[in-house]
Amino acid sequence: MPNVTFLVATLLLATVAFVIGRRRAVEVGGPRRRDLHSLPSYYGLYVALWCGIPALAVGALWMMFEPGIVDSLVLDALPAGMVPADPHQVSFLQTAIRRLANAAVIPSDADPALIAAAAHYNSLQQTASLALAAVLLAVGIVGLVWARSHISPAMRARNRVEKLIMIALFVCSCLSVLTTIAIVLSLIFESIRFFQAVPITDFLFGLEWSPQTAMRADQVGSSGAFGAVPLFLGTALITAISIVVAVPIGLFVAIYLADYASPRARAVVKPLLEILAGIPTVVFGFFAALTVAPFLRGLGGSIGLDVASESALAAGVVMGIMIVPFVSSLSDDVMNAVPQSLRDGSAALGATKSETIRQVVVPAALPGIVGGVLLAVSRAIGETMIVVMAAGLAANLTVNPLEAVTTVTVQIATLLVGDQEFDSPKTLAAFALGLLLFCVTLVLNLVALHVVRKYREKYD
Amino acid sequence: MAAIETLVPPAKVAAAGAGSPVTVEARDVNVYYGEKQALKQVDLDVRRHEVTALIGPSGCGKSTFLRCINRMNDVIEGCRVTGRISLDGEDIYDSDLDVVALRARVGMVFQKPNPFPKSVYDNVAYGPRIHGMAANRGELDEIVANSLERAGLLKEVRDRLNDPGTGLSGGQQQRLCIARAIAVNPEVILMDEPCSALDPIATARIEELIDEIRANYTIVIVTHSMQQAARVSQRTAFFHLGELVEAGDTPEIFTSPRDRRTHGYITGRFG
Repeated sequence: MPNVTFLVATLLLATVAFVIGRRRAVEVGGPRRRDLHSLPSYYGLYVALWCGIPALAVGALWMMFEPGIVDSLVLDALPAGMVPADPHQVSFLQTAIRRLANAAVIPSDADPALIAAAAHYNSLQQTASLALAAVLLAVGIVGLVWARSHISPAMRARNRVEKLIMIALFVCSCLSVLTTIAIVLSLIFESIRFFQAVPITDFLFGLEWSPQTAMRADQVGSSGAFGAVPLFLGTALITAISIVVAVPIGLFVAIYLADYASPRARAVVKPLLEILAGIPTVVFGFFAALTVAPFLRGLGGSIGLDVASESALAAGVVMGIMIVPFVSSLSDDVMNAVPQSLRDGSAALGATKSETIRQVVVPAALPGIVGGVLLAVSRAIGETMIVVMAAGLAANLTVNPLEAVTTVTVQIATLLVGDQEFDSPKTLAAFALGLLLFCVTLVLNLVALHVVRKYREKYD
Repeated sequence: MAAIETLVPPAKVAAAGAGSPVTVEARDVNVYYGEKQALKQVDLDVRRHEVTALIGPSGCGKSTFLRCINRMNDVIEGCRVTGRISLDGEDIYDSDLDVVALRARVGMVFQKPNPFPKSVYDNVAYGPRIHGMAANRGELDEIVANSLERAGLLKEVRDRLNDPGTGLSGGQQQRLCIARAIAVNPEVILMDEPCSALDPIATARIEELIDEIRANYTIVIVTHSMQQAARVSQRTAFFHLGELVEAGDTPEIFTSPRDRRTHGYITGRFG
C-alpha cells in the first residue's frame, strides 16, 4: 500500500518538524524560558502542524485526482482505433488494462497493444508515486521552514495551535455532515433513475408490490409492479405491534428502576437490560422465527385462529422485546432527572409512591418518554433481520397481524442480495424505498426532537 | 445583649403564653443514619397554635428532627429512629400507623420552593384530589381559592390559575407551596428553612404569613436566621451536635439563655 507509506512518511516528517520547532523555541527563548510566550512544545506542535497538515491535504487531493489522470494518459497512448466511443466500453477497457498491469503472470493470449498499455500504466504509476513523494516532501519542508522562521519569543504559539486544532476539529465534523449529504445525494440520484422507469405516483400509491421484472420478453410471471403501499403498511403494522409491546413493558421497567428498585436490584436489572440491548438482531430473528412464530401458530390453532407460520405478530412481538431497553433506559434517565424535591413534596402531602409517580413523575418526564418512544419507533422501522426471518417476504396488503407481511427494509435487502444489474428498475427500486424510508425516519426524529425540546420541563 | 433584646418585639413576648396544650411530644428521640447518630435523646414539646423555631449550626440535627415529625426520614436508606414521638397523644412511630395519612395531618414546606410542573390550580388541588376531600368541582374550587387566600397569594394569581406554578417568582412559589400544604387541612405545618432561597422582601412576606396562619395551625420552623426565629416564633429550641441543648420561650432564649453554647450561638460567637 503506497498510500500508507506516504501517510507514515508524512507523520514522520511532522515528528521531525516538532523536534526542530521545539529546539528552535528553546534556542530563541534563551537561558530564561520565561521570555517565551508559550511552552517550547507548543512551538514544536505549531511547526509540526504547519508541516503535516498541508502535506496531508495535498496528498489527499493527489489521491483523488491521480487515477483519473493516469487512466486518461494511458488511453491517449493507445493506438487510435482501440478506444471505443461508448463510455461503458471504455471503463471495461480500463479495467482490463489495470488487471493486466497488476497480473503476476501475463496471459499468453493477451492483446499486445493492451500489454503495452499495461506497461505504460505501470510506469506512469511509478512516476506518479515518485512525483507525489517529491511534492509531499516539498510541501512539508516549505511548511516547516516557513513556520520555523516565524518562531520568536513573542509569538503566541499556544493560541495559534489552539486555532489550528479548532480548524482540524471543524474539518472532522464537516466530514460526517458531508458523508450524510453524499448518502442522501446518492439515494436521490438513483431514485431519479428509478422514477424515470416507473412513475412516482405508481410507486407512492400503487397497491401491488412484485418487483420481478422480465429479462426476456418470453418470461412469465414477471410483471414488475412497484407499489410501495403494502410495504409501508407492513412496516407500520409491525412497528405498531412492537410499540404496543415495548412501551408498557419499557415504561414499567423504567418506573421500577427509577422509584421502586433497591440499589441492589437495580445493579442486577440494569446490566441485564443492557445485555438484552446487546443481543444481535439476527439472534432475535431466529428466536422469532423458530420459537415465537410456531408458538403463536400453536396458540392460535388451539383457540381456532388461523395463524400463518410467518406472521406480523411474531415479528412485531419480538421486535417489541428488542426495543424495550431503548424505551426503558431513556425513560429511566428522564425519570431520574425529575428532582427528588418534587417526589418529597408529593410524599409530604400524603401521596403514596404510585400516586406520586402517576401524577408528578411521569407527567414531568413525559416529553422525554415520548422522545424515547419515537426514537425506538425509528429503530423498529429500520429493523430488518427479525422481519426477514419471522414475517416473511410476501407483500400482502393487510392489517391482519396473523398474516405474513413484509417491510421496506426487508424488500431493500432482498432486492440487493446476490448478483444484480444496477440499471434495472428492480434494483433501483431499492434506492427509492431507501429514500422514502429515510424521509419517514427523518420526520419522526425531527418530531421527537421537537417534542423533547418544546415540552422539556424547567424544574428550577 | 441589648442588641438581641431589640430583635424581639414586645407583642410576641406577650403572645408566648404557657397555657396551650401540647400537639407534638417527642421523648428520648434518637436518629441514626447508618452508624452515625444524628440526634441524641431529644425531648421536645410543640404547643398548639404556636410557632416553634428550631435553630442551631448546620448539621446539628434540626432538619432531621423536623423530618421525624412527618416520618419523611422513612424514605432515607439506613435511617433508624428510636424513642417516642406522638401527635395529639398518638404514637406516630406505631407500626399500625398509616404513614400516608400522617403526612396529610402534618404538612411540610421545603427549603427550596418545589411546585409541581403543573398549573397553579392543580398544584393546590393536588392534595385534596388525592385524599378525596372535594365531592365536586365547586368544592375543589372553593378549597383552592381558600388555600390561596390564606397563603396570601390569591390576589396575585387570580388570573393565572391555569399558568404553570413554576412560572411564578421564587417568593410566590414558596407561598404556593404553603397554600398546597394548607389545602389538605393539616394540624401541623413543618417548614424547613422556608426563606433561605428567597430575597428579603419575599422573606418578610412569608414571615407575615406564618404569623397570620399560626391562629389555625401548629408550626415548626427550621431556620438559620436568628432574627427570623426571634421575629416569628413563640418558642425556640437550640440544637447542637445532635443534642437539644435548650428549649424555651423565644424571648427567654434570646435574652437569658441558660446554656453557655446557646449564648455563644445567638451572640454569633460560633456556628
